[in-house]
Amino acid sequence: MRRFSWFNVTSLTFGFAFLYLPMVLLVIYSFNASKLVTVWAGFSTRWYGELLRDEQFMDAAWVTIRVALFSSTLATVLGTLAAVVMIRAGRFPGRTLFSGMIYAPLVMPEVITGLSLLLLFIGIGLDRGIFTVVLAHTTFAMCYVSVVVSSRLATFDTALEEAALDLGCSPFEAFRLVTLPIIAPAVISGWLLAFTLSLDDLVIASFTTGPSATTLPIQIFSSIRLGVSPQINALSSLLIGVVAIGVIAASLATKRRAVTQAREEQAAARVTG
Amino acid sequence: MRRFALIAVPYLWLLALFLVPFLIVLKISLSDIALSIPPYAPTLDLSAGWEGVRSFFAGLDFENFVFLTQDDLYWKAYLSSVWIAAVSTVITLLVGYPIAYGMARAAPEWRPTLLMLVILPFWTSFLIRVYSWMGILANEGFLNMVLGWFGIPPLQILATNTAVYIGIVYTYLPFMILPIYATLERMDESLLEAAEDLGCSRLTAFWLVTFPLSRGGVIAGCFLVFIPAIGEFVIPSLLGGSDTLMIGKVLWEEFFSNRDWPVASAVAIVLLLILIVPIVLFQRNEQKQREAA
Amino acid sequence: MTTAPADRPRPGPAVFAPWDEPDAVPLIQFKNVTKRFGDFTAIDDLTLDIYTREFFALLGPSGCGKTTMMRMLAGFETPTEGKILLSGQDIAPIPPNQRAVNMMFQSYALFPHLSVWENIAFGLKREGKDKDTIRARVDEMLRLTRLEKFASRKPHQISGGQRQRVALARSLAKAPKLLLLDEPLGALDKKLREETQFELMDIQEKTGTTFVIVTHDQEEAMTVASRVAVMDEGKLIQVATPPVIYEQPNSVYVADFIGDVTIFEGTVRKDGEHYRLDWAEGQPPLRVRSPASLRDGQTAYVAIRPEKVEIHHNRPDDHNVLRGKVVDIGYLGNLSTYHVELPGGRMIRAQNFNTERDTRQPFTWEDEVWVNWTETCGVLLER
Repeated sequence: MRRFSWFNVTSLTFGFAFLYLPMVLLVIYSFNASKLVTVWAGFSTRWYGELLRDEQFMDAAWVTIRVALFSSTLATVLGTLAAVVMIRAGRFPGRTLFSGMIYAPLVMPEVITGLSLLLLFIGIGLDRGIFTVVLAHTTFAMCYVSVVVSSRLATFDTALEEAALDLGCSPFEAFRLVTLPIIAPAVISGWLLAFTLSLDDLVIASFTTGPSATTLPIQIFSSIRLGVSPQINALSSLLIGVVAIGVIAASLATKRRAVTQAREEQAAARVTG
Repeated sequence: MRRFALIAVPYLWLLALFLVPFLIVLKISLSDIALSIPPYAPTLDLSAGWEGVRSFFAGLDFENFVFLTQDDLYWKAYLSSVWIAAVSTVITLLVGYPIAYGMARAAPEWRPTLLMLVILPFWTSFLIRVYSWMGILANEGFLNMVLGWFGIPPLQILATNTAVYIGIVYTYLPFMILPIYATLERMDESLLEAAEDLGCSRLTAFWLVTFPLSRGGVIAGCFLVFIPAIGEFVIPSLLGGSDTLMIGKVLWEEFFSNRDWPVASAVAIVLLLILIVPIVLFQRNEQKQREAA
Repeated sequence: MTTAPADRPRPGPAVFAPWDEPDAVPLIQFKNVTKRFGDFTAIDDLTLDIYTREFFALLGPSGCGKTTMMRMLAGFETPTEGKILLSGQDIAPIPPNQRAVNMMFQSYALFPHLSVWENIAFGLKREGKDKDTIRARVDEMLRLTRLEKFASRKPHQISGGQRQRVALARSLAKAPKLLLLDEPLGALDKKLREETQFELMDIQEKTGTTFVIVTHDQEEAMTVASRVAVMDEGKLIQVATPPVIYEQPNSVYVADFIGDVTIFEGTVRKDGEHYRLDWAEGQPPLRVRSPASLRDGQTAYVAIRPEKVEIHHNRPDDHNVLRGKVVDIGYLGNLSTYHVELPGGRMIRAQNFNTERDTRQPFTWEDEVWVNWTETCGVLLER
């Protein structure tokens, strides 16, 4: 039986305090009326108002969202294709190079990825802007998607696809009607991962964007280089809130689904057994 | 035919947007800086036919790499990047292991929640997580405010290497916790009972059984922190001082401030060469883990 | 407990039955032990003696408390009430790592990062023995379990049967007073399991260690054990040698749990030397001899094993003769089991040894047959 351990409780308490305290402070002080960091001058939503009126931030946010939507969708399609190729296509010439190109961007320092893509865009004379950032984000995000999806595909029971073929599906239909619905959770989490990576990226976007398209991280970076600003506190709190709500809702939904499934299985067992 | 198309689409994409750019970096690292657009020479002139190709290759040399060895800024930056990454990795391990252990030994119904709490910061902006420490570590920040209550004189932490360590440990901690947790959670608890049954105290059982069995996770976690930390740019530029030397920052400045593309490319190539060793070791460890599972 | 010496599972110069000797000192004594987990009572006021050199089996369905008993002996659980004595000493305050008791885990719990040799040496090294002693002892254990060739392998490089032997060698290496085996053969396939049962008995005899085995497999318990304790819901139902458990079960639960059996429920009445059980309207009563004393008109049961039921084409001249129809035949090679339906729908099982090498079955589906058994073959049970 499990024994209660002070050591474990202490290490968990301190560990999670370390992980969350900085963000909690950030959120609390985003409601500070004062401009100074540590001086509490009463509750106020002043900085949120200023943030929403700041056109530069609003424009940057809009650019970022568009980039993230396009690149994550494209990356999900390409990454899923790449995963299918990796797990299912068997041997083909250049397979080693292919798997190398999928895994390398995961460990490649962002500065190098950014630099190399910039040099390519200049080399072929492509004007830098939203389009080039989308290309760059798609490329590195598709590798993450492919890793997520291929780990699900690797444990996929191929007998299911064979059964579909046996029942008259073409290979494409078998993939669309059987495989894809089953691996859908992995594809969706791949998309979410790609979306977050794109929202979050500063370095690659800085290299590959042009003056017309400033993303939110670039905007944030240039303003916090000068020090702490209450407006950024407000922005950070908004972003943290969105993520927290999203993740908690997702995990509650998963839990509810598990509970319903268990209950249905029980009911079914009672009917048949 | 359909199979060919299936392979070709992602393959060509990666060739065009990963491999080709990388070869361009390699090529430019061998070129010379020039006051033109693009700001390097030689450029490949195919209209001159074979002669153009020949003169193009003749124009390439290792001058930039020689330059990197001569200017001590660069090798000091490489060394200090590796040092900062290594120290941060050790601290992250010391902080992360007890957390992973506590999670793996928590009641099973708690584990999904704890896991979610570790993963949650992953989804929040990296930039914001680094930024949150600026307010804490600043000279008039929270830390010095709290120290002040106890009569301790304020510390200068922001804009020093200490702040960089804190930043790396904080942002990369989940990378350390997750693989260690995975190995610990997978561990059969009857192994510990067997060790106790055979005469171990709980502490010796930890050193003889638990720790060796979590080694795969520890190694994976260390590489997952060490490898990206070497090339880190955001943390040293926000939390570090002007004397904090990290190669990612040097590369950024070389490119954006000095506009010396050939040297920036050479810096990038050398950085990759440095990373090859830990990456290969990491892959081998992953392979071993997979075989053991 | 009255059993003829010929029934003893262990042939030897002297009969091994310390539980029948009034002055024998038990190695382990459970004294009114109760163990609760929250509201759930795993062990309910249980008293039991186990003697030195015994091969004692705890048998029961999952959740009956047998594993809890074993874990209390190993020290991973402590009794809520009552005492457990080992050689007369209360073991409650002794932590598991200081008990002269070792356990062989169901999962084997072999340390995956250590070789076979290091696994076996693990406990000895903890005792701080010198290197030569350890080496000699490990080599001895490797010989005993025939693992010499695999000493330097890791656990994942050997077969399931070999892993089982490593686990056994590791737990025996420290020469414990008592060895606990938690479903030791559960992970092996049937054939290997049977071989290993005899190997276990052999090793137990060679080392003279007291073994307590937990199992849900009645055949395994019957094969290896000197005594079997049948458990249910935290209580001991019957503790006896395998032949007694099989031939003289003390309850319907034990009769039903061990082997195949047909049970008739009815009211009993004394008739001279024997009892009669009225079990169905219009059917002759069943005659059974029993040392038990039951009241007339009391509800009782007669349990009858299939191998004791004879099957005939013509009515035999005997007691306990019932008419029926063959509805199912299970052909097992050496014997056949017939499911015979009695008038009123009651089923009885009869077994015939196939001593003739004849491809035709002597009885076939839908045959009208007679079944019977002698009055000493049935067992009369009160509950």
